[in-house]
Amino acid sequence: MANLIDIKGVTHAYRTKAGPLPVLRDLNIAVPEGEFCAVVGPSGCGKSTLTRLVAGLMKPDTGEVWLHGELVKSPRKTVGMAFQNPVMLEWRTILQNVILPLEIVAPSMPKAQKEARAMELLEMVGLAGFEHKTPSQLSGGMRQRASLCRAIVHKPDVLIMDEPFGALDNFTREDLWQTMRDLRAKEPFTCVLITHDLRESVFLGDQVIVLSGRPATTQYVMDVALPADRTLDILYTPEVADMLHILRDQIRIAQGRDGAAH
Amino acid sequence: MDNLQKFAVPLGAILAFLLLWEGIVWANNWPNYVMASPSDLPAAYLRFWPLFLEMGWQTLWRTIAGLALAVVFGTFLGMVMGFSRIARDALYPLLVGFNAIPKATLVPVLALLFIGQHDFNTVLMAFLISFFPIAVSVGIGLSTLEPEYRDILRSLGASKVTIFRKIALPKTLPEFFGALKVSVTLAFIGTNLVEIVSPHGRGLGALFKSGETNGDYPLMFAVLIALAFLGIVLYYGVVALEKTFAGWAERPAH
Repeated sequence: MANLIDIKGVTHAYRTKAGPLPVLRDLNIAVPEGEFCAVVGPSGCGKSTLTRLVAGLMKPDTGEVWLHGELVKSPRKTVGMAFQNPVMLEWRTILQNVILPLEIVAPSMPKAQKEARAMELLEMVGLAGFEHKTPSQLSGGMRQRASLCRAIVHKPDVLIMDEPFGALDNFTREDLWQTMRDLRAKEPFTCVLITHDLRESVFLGDQVIVLSGRPATTQYVMDVALPADRTLDILYTPEVADMLHILRDQIRIAQGRDGAAH
Repeated sequence: MDNLQKFAVPLGAILAFLLLWEGIVWANNWPNYVMASPSDLPAAYLRFWPLFLEMGWQTLWRTIAGLALAVVFGTFLGMVMGFSRIARDALYPLLVGFNAIPKATLVPVLALLFIGQHDFNTVLMAFLISFFPIAVSVGIGLSTLEPEYRDILRSLGASKVTIFRKIALPKTLPEFFGALKVSVTLAFIGTNLVEIVSPHGRGLGALFKSGETNGDYPLMFAVLIALAFLGIVLYYGVVALEKTFAGWAERPAH
């Protein structure tokens, strides 16, 4: 099957006062259409740079990023983004926030149609009845749900998420994992999720990629052979415990620490 | 109840202030030419009411005109500084230096540059003294916009203009109105500076000056109170605009 996202031999360095700071080195990632790719790695290893590359917000020094068989040179309308910060526009209601991408991508779409599409998603994530509230009237978890709706309202090919659940408490986070799973069942999209949470990467991912410490390269790829309709219980099976163990060891290696030391 | 409180509390405070003023003048037994007391003021207003209306209007429109110029130019300057690092580095020292110049020293300069253009000079001064806070706050608001806000639209291929219109501009409005509240009072100072200093001036400043020339101290104090009143009116005008355009920034009290 053709890969929707193909990152081939990407190397990138930031220019700083102290000289070039290499962040990515010969990075290779392939995500088939419809797959969910979770990327984990030590902090500061260049994961966010990866999201900006896929979104076309910056170009790598060398190497290529391909989306849908096209070389990414600039931002494309077929990308959705969600961040740790829900980035809600405080002066708009939740509904108006969710339709924002449609105003850019499909300016000629009738307003009623935009709102109907947004409502459909808000209902899916359990925010029906909150559409006319302002962001400050909602809890952090609810704002993040709205942010997810906004990221996929224009039916992007690729959803890029940079630690979207990082600032939430554990139970809210688990709720959102399930919301994510249900959204995917109804609205198929290809997804790159940057995360620090190994359980999250296994629960949501079809593949988990471990990046090495900076400059980051693909250190380890794990195929997650679990059913698509997984429940939270699956996280407590020996099978998943083994996977988490392997990933934890890989992170240790990525951090440059000896596996036996801990 | 809430509404009553909204008006009763500030009115009560003003009343208390006037009583205190009256009391201090009475206790010290100050004559009128040292310090007029509030009870002297109604007579001054009655005597010069048509002048107050005419001059007050002159002061008001020139202040508003200067302020409007400051909003347009200050916002433009702020945008340039907010979006371009180079412009920021180039303009900041100039702006800070200019702002540090006491504006009274500019009155003769303007008077010579634009001889006899009293209205123009006054508006220009109100503008010069009040654009700085607006430029700085808009510049800071734009340059500190979190990159994520830009990225959600930029990743969709939105143009710079669209990003400015949909995100940067509304997000900067609370800072803008904060600066405008400072600028309102500054613009008043600018207007009055010219009205008082330049000969044959117009407006409340000139009325103050004529009170001084004629030794009519109650008139001078009456002018000061009239100025304070106009300042309050303009300030609350800005507050009303803020409520309309940036009311979202105000968190509901819990």
